[in-house]
Amino acid sequence: MTTILQPDDATFPGMSEPAKSRTARPVRGLSDRTIAWLFVAPTIALLLAINIFPLLWMIRLSFTSLNLSMSYLPLRFVGLDNFTDILTDEDVWFRLQTTAQFVIWSVALQVIIGYGLALLINRQFRGHSFWTTIILLPMMLSPAVVGNFWTLLLQPQIGPFNYVISLFTGVPPSSFSMTGQVSLAPWTIVLVDTWMWAPYVMLICLAGLRSIPDYIYEAAEVDRASAWRQFWSITLPMTVPFLMLAVLFRAIENFKMFDMVNLLTSGGPGSTTELVSITLKRAAFEKWRTGYSSALAIILFVTVFGAANIYVKALNKVKQR
Amino acid sequence: MRTFNWLRGSAATTVLGVALLGGFGGGEAAAQGKQLTLCWAAWDPANALVELGKDFTKQSGIEMKYEFVPWTSYADRFLNELNSHGKLCDLIIGDSQWIGGAAENKWYVKLNDFFDKEKISMDDFVPATVVGYSQWPKNSPNYWALPAMADAVGWTYRKDWFSRPDIQSAFKAKYGRDLAPPKTYDELKQIAQFFQGREIDGKKVYGAYIFTERGSEGITMGVTNVLYNYGFGYDNPKKPYQMQGVVNSADAAKGLEFYKELYKCCTAPGMTNAYMQEGLDAFKSGQVAMQMNWFAFFPGLYKDPNVGGDRIGFFVNPSGPNGHFTQLGGQGISVVATSDRKDDALAYIKWFAQPAVQQKWWQLGGYSALKAVVDAPNFPKSAAFAPQFLESMGIVKDFWAEPSYAQLLLDMQKRVHDYVVADKGTAQQALDLLVKDWTKVFKEQGKQVALQ
Repeated sequence: MTTILQPDDATFPGMSEPAKSRTARPVRGLSDRTIAWLFVAPTIALLLAINIFPLLWMIRLSFTSLNLSMSYLPLRFVGLDNFTDILTDEDVWFRLQTTAQFVIWSVALQVIIGYGLALLINRQFRGHSFWTTIILLPMMLSPAVVGNFWTLLLQPQIGPFNYVISLFTGVPPSSFSMTGQVSLAPWTIVLVDTWMWAPYVMLICLAGLRSIPDYIYEAAEVDRASAWRQFWSITLPMTVPFLMLAVLFRAIENFKMFDMVNLLTSGGPGSTTELVSITLKRAAFEKWRTGYSSALAIILFVTVFGAANIYVKALNKVKQR
Repeated sequence: MRTFNWLRGSAATTVLGVALLGGFGGGEAAAQGKQLTLCWAAWDPANALVELGKDFTKQSGIEMKYEFVPWTSYADRFLNELNSHGKLCDLIIGDSQWIGGAAENKWYVKLNDFFDKEKISMDDFVPATVVGYSQWPKNSPNYWALPAMADAVGWTYRKDWFSRPDIQSAFKAKYGRDLAPPKTYDELKQIAQFFQGREIDGKKVYGAYIFTERGSEGITMGVTNVLYNYGFGYDNPKKPYQMQGVVNSADAAKGLEFYKELYKCCTAPGMTNAYMQEGLDAFKSGQVAMQMNWFAFFPGLYKDPNVGGDRIGFFVNPSGPNGHFTQLGGQGISVVATSDRKDDALAYIKWFAQPAVQQKWWQLGGYSALKAVVDAPNFPKSAAFAPQFLESMGIVKDFWAEPSYAQLLLDMQKRVHDYVVADKGTAQQALDLLVKDWTKVFKEQGKQVALQ
């Protein structure tokens, strides 16, 4: 790609020496490397400006007492106080427990249901495309839309959900509130999240199922392996990496779940469904405790990053097997 | 070389494009006349203000633009704007509790000199609104806003149900007294119990609607109406920030227990996270006999074709065993310090403070805080809810207006919701934890907090 002009002397036979030497001076263009940098530079600049710089700034702020609602107070360096405050706060640990329970239950249900749906959709049947589209619809919706319409569906007096439950159980529809009762609210957010994201897991699993070569099943059939045996010995082991990938994506997403839960329950009743992301948002943008919330964000980032790293290593081991 | 030329060409095109876009933008901006942006909450009085503002535009030639945000995100949105020194709003009708933070952080323009120059006297306004919306520090002659929208918590009831002979006789038979709007919280609970689950016109109805919202300020703005009247205070009047035994006194705990009893016995199912709009919906759909809500909504309710007119009645927040108060709402109008159009914004405030404009503001559905309007002899007869509004404005108390109010508010939201809706712990424990939370916040703010 380097473009250095070297005019061929033969092209200019009558040219005088001084003129020739002027023309023959190599005209330097941009090197491949420079052009590559020119292309990459805007992206790197953007990345530095909107990712790296804020991250470094946040780390700095986490060691300060900054509270934006009291920005007239002098900024104090508080060392590790914010981190100590968070790690010794019983409420934060409760919120982490709530988040862990939400992540575990919702991801487990999504994997089971998503995998089941993938096994069904993997077969050819009439209306296959139609049903695939219908199943995929929930994940195409915005979490804000999902949160709002489930709030209406779950309304104890006018929402159809309670009436359906009433039809099967005989319990009066207005006698229970899915989002307002301490015993039901955590399951409600798991239910809605599963409804929305099981299709996503299904898509990943479907990719895994379609990647298994037919000849393996043909060989199994030659060996007279039953369908159950084929599932346990071929289908499941060969789709495990895909399942693990789905678990990784969903676990990271659910760990930072905010919008849908905020719309459904606002973290209530009380603090029953207050996920750690809601705590973080409240600390940062409602209480304006910038120093404290920066420290909390770092703790959460390190937690997710560490867990994801361990998980990815495990995933690689599974792939190598 | 071609690549380089292409790059240069692209850059030139981009620069040209940006310049052209900038040129068009600049042209458009230049074509616009004077304009002011006013920020407030999206609710009924905001529509009245838009109507009122047309007169200002006619007189001054200044166009008014409005940024109205729903109540649930109002504080988030505008405090973020003020915190980041944004230029979205020239004028802001900010909540009463923001005044401390807005003054200390210099988000608002101090209006003393302007008031002196324009001969706008704060003595002309209802005292509670001056203290609540304008002054920081409280009870000092430092003004950061003009009282714009007086408001307080009041109650509506189904006058048509209350006046039915069959319902009246059933009530008298049960409680030995006439069914009438309650004067005390015990009476209110009795009436609410009476209506709870009753069938009226073939429809099951419920006793009362009260605030329970968790996310912003709802349950705090509801529970304080009971707490104040049972003996709850924010701090010792003689020792500022001394909260132990004031916030969590035995009487205050009884008040909190009462609110929970009222919530459990007498509200409609599913009202676990409900604030203004849910209350309006419940009342308009004929679901509840009595509704707690802000006076600001009462003009709209009175006009409602299904439950308004003769069917609706209003009463002042009932008293409790230890007092008679109600929660202050409402806001003052301020000039945002970062605005580039401060002079025009001040011109708007000067115009808005005029008695004739304030009178029209009240007629359109806003609530004036000007004495010339509310103390006029015909004011009590000017609206069905005017007498109750006047009485309420004389007994209002407000939440903390400290710069750290948001932390204090969210702590109270959590502790009260945990106890009332999520059945966590006792009332005494909830208030003890609240004192602990608030002590921590004030200490962070650098305040001396006396424990006893």
